[in-house]
Amino acid sequence: MVNYLIKRIIMLFPLLLGITLITFTVIHLAPGEPVEMQTAMSPKVSAASRARLREFYGLDKPLHVQYLRWLGHLAHLDFGRSFAPDNRPVTDKIVERIPITLKLNVIALILEFGLAIPIGILAAVHRDSLLDRGISVFVFVGFAVPTFWLALLCMYIFGVKYSLLPISGLHSLGYERLSAFGRFWDFTKHLILPISIATFGSLAGLSRYMRSTMLEVLSQDYITTARAKGLRERVVIYKHALKNALLPVITLLGFSLPGLIGGSVIFETIFAIPGMGQLFYQGVMARDYPLVMGILVIGACLTLVGNLLADVCYAVADPRIRHGRG
Amino acid sequence: MTLRRLFTLLLVALQLSACGQGASEQKPLSRPKGGAPAYGDALITGSIGEPNTLIPLLASDTSSHEVAGLVYNGLVRYDKNLKLEGDLARSWEVSRDGLTITFHLRPGVKWHDGKDFTSNDVLYTYRVTVDPKTPTAYSEDFKQVKKAEALDRYTFRVTYEKPFAPALASWGIAILPAHLLEGKDITKSPLARSPIGTGPYIFKEWVPGQKLSLEANPAYWEGRPYLDRFVYRIIPDNSTMYMELKAGGIDTMGLSPVQYQRQTNTPEFLARFNKYRYPASAYTYLGYNLRLPLFKDRRVRQAISHAINKEEIIQGVLLGMGQIAHGPYKPGTWAYKPQVADPEYDPAKAQQLLKEAGFVMGSDGILVKDGKPFSFTIMTNQGNDQRMKCAQIIQRRLKRVGIDVKIRVMEWASFLTNFIDKGKFEAVLLGWTIGQDPDLYDVWHSSKTEPKELNFIGFKNAEVDRLLIEGRGTFDQEKRKRCYWGIQDILAQEQPYTFLYVPDALPAVASRFQGIEPAPAGIMHNLIKWYVPKAEQKN
Amino acid sequence: MSEPGRGPFQECWRRFTANRFAVAALCLIVALFVLSLGASLLTPYDPDAIDAWHVLLPPSAAHFFGTDELGRDVFTRVIYGARVSLKVGFVAVGIAVAIGTVVGLISGYYGGWVDTLLMRLVDIMLCFPTFFLILAVIAMLEPSIWYIMVIIGLTGWMGVARLVRAEVLSLKSRDFVSAARVLGASDRRIIFRHILPNALSPVLVSATLGVAGAILTESALSFLGIGVQPPTPSWGNILTSGKDYIEFAWWLSLFPGLAILVTVLSYNLVGEGIRDALDPRKQR
Repeated sequence: MVNYLIKRIIMLFPLLLGITLITFTVIHLAPGEPVEMQTAMSPKVSAASRARLREFYGLDKPLHVQYLRWLGHLAHLDFGRSFAPDNRPVTDKIVERIPITLKLNVIALILEFGLAIPIGILAAVHRDSLLDRGISVFVFVGFAVPTFWLALLCMYIFGVKYSLLPISGLHSLGYERLSAFGRFWDFTKHLILPISIATFGSLAGLSRYMRSTMLEVLSQDYITTARAKGLRERVVIYKHALKNALLPVITLLGFSLPGLIGGSVIFETIFAIPGMGQLFYQGVMARDYPLVMGILVIGACLTLVGNLLADVCYAVADPRIRHGRG
Repeated sequence: MTLRRLFTLLLVALQLSACGQGASEQKPLSRPKGGAPAYGDALITGSIGEPNTLIPLLASDTSSHEVAGLVYNGLVRYDKNLKLEGDLARSWEVSRDGLTITFHLRPGVKWHDGKDFTSNDVLYTYRVTVDPKTPTAYSEDFKQVKKAEALDRYTFRVTYEKPFAPALASWGIAILPAHLLEGKDITKSPLARSPIGTGPYIFKEWVPGQKLSLEANPAYWEGRPYLDRFVYRIIPDNSTMYMELKAGGIDTMGLSPVQYQRQTNTPEFLARFNKYRYPASAYTYLGYNLRLPLFKDRRVRQAISHAINKEEIIQGVLLGMGQIAHGPYKPGTWAYKPQVADPEYDPAKAQQLLKEAGFVMGSDGILVKDGKPFSFTIMTNQGNDQRMKCAQIIQRRLKRVGIDVKIRVMEWASFLTNFIDKGKFEAVLLGWTIGQDPDLYDVWHSSKTEPKELNFIGFKNAEVDRLLIEGRGTFDQEKRKRCYWGIQDILAQEQPYTFLYVPDALPAVASRFQGIEPAPAGIMHNLIKWYVPKAEQKN
Repeated sequence: MSEPGRGPFQECWRRFTANRFAVAALCLIVALFVLSLGASLLTPYDPDAIDAWHVLLPPSAAHFFGTDELGRDVFTRVIYGARVSLKVGFVAVGIAVAIGTVVGLISGYYGGWVDTLLMRLVDIMLCFPTFFLILAVIAMLEPSIWYIMVIIGLTGWMGVARLVRAEVLSLKSRDFVSAARVLGASDRRIIFRHILPNALSPVLVSATLGVAGAILTESALSFLGIGVQPPTPSWGNILTSGKDYIEFAWWLSLFPGLAILVTVLSYNLVGEGIRDALDPRKQR
């Protein structure tokens, strides 16, 4: 197990390198030189500070040297300063935005798995029935409806028309004066809409996957044997089949993250949630290169960590990997 | 707000800021309400964008100025009838020759941190503004100053080289606290994120991406504002903001024409909100990059103006709630010349002019000259729905006469730095605020065409240059008027811009707020006198 | 084992048609194609014709779906928008499938360090939140329909690559490939004649789902203002222009919204249908 872990962690490094390389390439597709951007932003930037910037990005050097320099800064977790007029360190800007995006996505992820797995199993067990068809239409509608449209409709219905839920933001105005429970409830109410819409949209992938793995497991010989032995269907399904069907689902955990983070651009813009997605969108539109590069790298690294965790869980759960090829 | 006549409010139509001229047209329709003025409650307003910096000298976006405007004061300000009145200056004297202004400052005013406000603060503000190391768009007016001196603790005097008409108004610039900034690098000051001013509201907190909160200044020299708090919520999507207004999450926002006319006339809405309508102090224009050979030809610019139906734009974009712009001044002001001879809507004339300019109709319905099709891109800023609609209407009209137009929308800051400042554009659809002083040296003088300057279309006209200098070099309004009328005639002929429209500002405010006085200056001028009767207080 | 011939195909088709949802969805998709191709015959209006004096009119006999914020006929724009949205979907997926198939084939067939390298590249690409990448590239270049299609394609090939590789690996060891190799067939011949046709079915499924995804991505980009640019109508940008009037000019968001919903749903159901029809387990 320890060996496996060490191997996995060593494997992270080439991946990390690849992530930075792709980020660097993407940004250098854009026409124009980043420094020109920033100095143009403040017309009277002194020659000295311009030189400092060029130094930081090493812009007089060939591309590969620039890349290595940037990598050097990254190694110290230094993403440079934002090109926005506030000129704050990118790390600060990202760090203040990460918690809310992560919180939202983790809750959505838990809900997604908590709902999609039973739904998938249900569909598999009642394969080709009306229930199965109904479920597939339901989850695909969630996938197919443009999120911002659904979000606005829900905001209108629940927020304006029936005043049941707050429309946007994270806290009500008098938040500071509420009791601990009041605060929790206030925060929860603000999250209901964004999280339910995010979850609804993501059910399809996982539940269909769950359905097909379950079907696959159910067609295996040992299940047939179990049935032949006269075990009750319920026991067969929930005791024997489920355990094996759930295993591959674990690996999906890690891969769900990039989709959710990517989707956060829309959610955070429409629900006025100050997270990483919103920051990224602003950064991209303002051509704030250091910020964009920083978020791309961090976003990808989050996924990497997610994948690693998922794989480790998988290894723990599956003895073949633990002892075998690990 | 003289500051705003410069770079600031190109973005003006994004949130029609509440400065305007001409009386409010629509009397609030709400039920008459009683209730004595009372302290308490909060005004929550929404904004699409987050402020960049709360040091107004360094800011060039609407959001920053809206918030900073409540935290800082200038020496002078415009009152509700757009007359200059004292703010931090109790009074002032202008010398007979107009070259010297002596300000008598209000004694006893304190910064929010408790320190006294003195003439040293004014002197510092002047110095940092003209310091070449300060990245500000507001230094031009202050470069005219020959000498600035603090005569004593509460007397400040400036002397100008030659008569400078906008001199007095320019001192509306926000005065910064010398004791916190002097000797430091202003670009790195913490005041950018937690300002300390002398204004009616004290900065309390800034939750990035969410909101900024200000609290009433109990020691404000004009008296404590009634409303305890001013909250500036950041809501990046327009539709969300409107829903927040209806759900009570914000108390005020500028309505779009569609919202004003078609969505908010229900009894339910009118009971909860008061709507106001008055012409904004701003105009929208289509500007051409005159450095390009294509637009150097005056006939081409005139032809485009002839091909555009401004009536249609006002109807389609503003639902009729605005007026045609013929030049850079607001209809009804003294500098505005009625009936200038600018190109009227006449597509046939447009086609004829284009023919004279050497264009022939190609097989695909697009005009061609020297083998090149007549095609150009109109750039405008993101987040401004009205400009987007306007661009599409123009695109359609120009296609009719054989001009192919592409539209490109860009984020504000990157638009300015990457395209405007580098002259990398063909045509832009933007807006200017119309300042109270008619001096337009920065926008039209041929010396202002360098990168980062405001004559970014590269307009150069010797006669306009002469009139601009003459106009700002005299205090005689009749003389100035002749200059500015002359300029309007030339602009009407030259069409460096196609002036499009002056929109109406359409703010809505929750009806529990009392004491709002619509005036030529709009509604925000007496914010500190707004109140909510005790019985109706919400927050 | 044999290469796919008429028999298995007919068998699949029979199984596909047994799924009524999938058949209905397929009919819808076909209908939509016909509609969008015949757009100019179906409506008397020009999709870009502005009428400033008749903005935001509710549905009527003259305008089935009402008019938009510039007085344009929404019905006309929705059916012309279908062309654009479908084009985005198909071209983007075409690119993704092409890249994915080539990478998957090479990786699976040659194995070794080529395989390792390519699969690490896939791993790396999968780490990025795809929408972030798309957003960054499009906003920094400029939003145009071509960039949008290409970028969606360039960021969407990884799944296909993995599928094809897995299929190739499993096929490579099968008898007919070994037999071909023994008989002296060239690599290219083996890949194109024997492996590719067999690997196509999972790709077909993934492509069908990909079209749906690309249409949604375009609408999300439109919401952020960097989708297909005006005056060209796409479902995404019509829907976006309607979002400001959602509770009063409902027709402006409802029709393009439904168009996206129904189309994406149909592609998904058809994709599912194909998958089930091709699934050998169903034969048991």
